[in-house]
Amino acid sequence: MAIKLRYFAWVRERVGKPDEEIELPAGIATIGELMTWLAGRGEEYAYAFENPKIIRAAIDRSHVKPQAAIAGAREIAFFPPMTGG
Amino acid sequence: MAAIITVKVQREPFDVSAETAALTRGSTAVGAVVTFTGICRGDENGEPIAALTLEHYPGMAEAEIEGHVAEAAQRWPLIGATVIHRFGRLVPGEDIMMVATASSHRAAAFAAADFLMDYLKTRAPFWKQVEKASGDTGREKIWVEAKADDDAAAARWAKPGRSDQAAE
Repeated sequence: MAIKLRYFAWVRERVGKPDEEIELPAGIATIGELMTWLAGRGEEYAYAFENPKIIRAAIDRSHVKPQAAIAGAREIAFFPPMTGG
Repeated sequence: MAAIITVKVQREPFDVSAETAALTRGSTAVGAVVTFTGICRGDENGEPIAALTLEHYPGMAEAEIEGHVAEAAQRWPLIGATVIHRFGRLVPGEDIMMVATASSHRAAAFAAADFLMDYLKTRAPFWKQVEKASGDTGREKIWVEAKADDDAAAARWAKPGRSDQAAE
């Protein structure tokens, strides 16, 4: 299953790209598991996801928690806590 | 009657007076309008800044704000609400965002504006980066950190049994 990943703010800077398409590996069912898998993809990912507890996620543009299931997701975004307003 | 809702996410400046006038035009039911304008300060944590750059998640930013405005309109008897949030590079003194709420009486207008600001700060996908005004190695850029106070402010509006709305 192909999924579009998007990164924002310092997560984007650390990963080194704003978005990418990935093939979701078997056995990755939740946002938390996806973050752990991403952290193992190389130095830049390890740096971006070194503290997954502070990273927020959205599935198809809605906020989700780390335990959220990713089945059926088309777009998953990772970003720091928001600082707008 | 359903509230008249306007949500804009844009790079361009906005005109608070014009937006406020548009919100009340043609209605004699409006008895109170509350407006809040967020402005780019000239300092961050006591240090002078040259500019603020706002990054956002296109599509989600609009959807998230629209969802919160719709909820505000359900919780309070609003006649209209306008939220405009800018993105891109802003210099001190420029407006960042505005909220305007219109109702028959002031209590609903104040409460809805307060609710919207608290939720937008913690839930709308925008991120601020400051460009320091001074520095030996060019202009240092730093991401603004989220404040625990903002999470606490948003949490006070959460309804019992709806933990999905509470700030995490």
